[in-house]
Amino acid sequence: MSDEQSRADAIVQGDRRALAQALTTVERGGQSARALLRCIPAGASGRVVGITGAPGAGKSTLTTALAQEFRVRGLTVAIVAVDPSSPITGGSLLGDRIRMYDLAGDSGVFIRSMANRGRYGGIAAATADAATLMAAAGYDVILLETVGAGQSDVAVADVADTILLVEAPGMGDEVQSIKAGLLEIADVIAVSKSDRADAPATFQQLRALVQMQHPSTDAWEVQLCGVSALQKTGIGPLTDALLAHQQWLIQHPYTPRAMHRRKSSLHRAIETQLFESLTQTASWVQAQHILASDRQPDTDALAQMVLAAWRTTP
Amino acid sequence: MTAPAHIRVLVAKPGLDGHDRGAKVIARALRDAGMDVIYTGLGLTPHMIVEAALQEDVDVVGLSILSGAHMTLLPKVTHALDAAGLGHCVVVAGGIIPSEDAHMLTHTHGVDAVFGPGTTTDEIITFIRTAVAAVRAQRA
Ligand SMILES: Nc1nc2c(ncn2[C@@H]2O[C@H](COP(=O)(O)OP(=O)(O)OP(=O)(O)O)[C@@H](O)[C@H]2O)c(=O)[nH]1
Ligand SMILES: [Mg+2]
Repeated sequence: MSDEQSRADAIVQGDRRALAQALTTVERGGQSARALLRCIPAGASGRVVGITGAPGAGKSTLTTALAQEFRVRGLTVAIVAVDPSSPITGGSLLGDRIRMYDLAGDSGVFIRSMANRGRYGGIAAATADAATLMAAAGYDVILLETVGAGQSDVAVADVADTILLVEAPGMGDEVQSIKAGLLEIADVIAVSKSDRADAPATFQQLRALVQMQHPSTDAWEVQLCGVSALQKTGIGPLTDALLAHQQWLIQHPYTPRAMHRRKSSLHRAIETQLFESLTQTASWVQAQHILASDRQPDTDALAQMVLAAWRTTP
Repeated sequence: MTAPAHIRVLVAKPGLDGHDRGAKVIARALRDAGMDVIYTGLGLTPHMIVEAALQEDVDVVGLSILSGAHMTLLPKVTHALDAAGLGHCVVVAGGIIPSEDAHMLTHTHGVDAVFGPGTTTDEIITFIRTAVAAVRAQRA
């Protein structure tokens, strides 16, 4: 039996250490990651909930409260918490675990922090693979907390089955600005920190926005929930909404969103494999040297050079 | 080609007493040195620290201890790491730890280094890089 196969078997049998090490492997990417993933059996039933929203919106605190509620309902939970990494040093400070203190010590919960790296082999690919591994390990629910800003949120949306948008009260005009992007991909919206006095106003604003959306009759109707993760109010109804969406997905496997997710998955696979095979070529190495020695390199020309050389590589 | 994995460090401050300013300063310095730092905050028990180290698959466990409980807490962490099959983790501790205790911890309790209040972040970074490189070379 291959080394990858025995690692995959250990993961499926619930070996937490094997899962943790495999997560490191997929985070690094490359051929060993793909070899391992090929040994992971398909068809795991765990579903992925992407939790997105602005920095500080209350994602980690809510993720913790949701995980506790899923546990009460007899479901096991794995969490991937993504935080930004420094574009300069590549290092990262991953702090989401601070808010997840109450989950420590529960063997039905597995938490992994991940840095949001550059594009290639970066967040989209690694989080999708992480979710695959966690589902294979038998976790019923996989909660994916995003960094809460920019491009990576859209990428995580491609990975998740259900998208929970967390909106803190008091965003004022900003509620308008999220309309274009995040609101469109949200399946469930939670107004967080509903213990605060300004929460009802935000709730009303969002309800007005949601009601303007989704004219088609067979589409999922976006659910809006008010929650306080600190006071543990509204968590039950929010959990119901998330589970209802997962049921709905089972009955509607060919919605535009589901199709989009499949396409994204194919794109990601092509992108990673293509990029990897490009980096194997001599002209890639040559291009790196030019980048290091030429202050204003013509990157378009370099790209053409690399691609031309790649096409002729057997 | 796969780049070498980033060094992953778990930074924790066991015990609920005191503050975690020092731990945060170290955490930031390690991040700026290009490491992935998982910061867990205050109050984790040795058991919770080891479980977090396992889930996060870290190379290093860094503990900040101001409470004076280092002689009970640190051996508990290193022994629990060993028991969990995580004996390869480099364990470093910072805080106010008398030198006799530090000697005892590093010589009989599996702590790799104890950094006193005067230690610079550069010294800590250098120590971690060297120790992790050695462990990785040994395990490869
Ligand atoms: N009043 C109130 N405050 C909350 C609630 N949930 C979270 N907070 C506070 O909001 C702040 C941010 O919470 P986090 O859960 O860390 O938010 P986050 O979205 O995960 O933040 P990032 O990961 O940094 O983007 C913290 O100070 C929390 O204590 C809530 O239900 N009520
Ligand atoms: Mg967070």
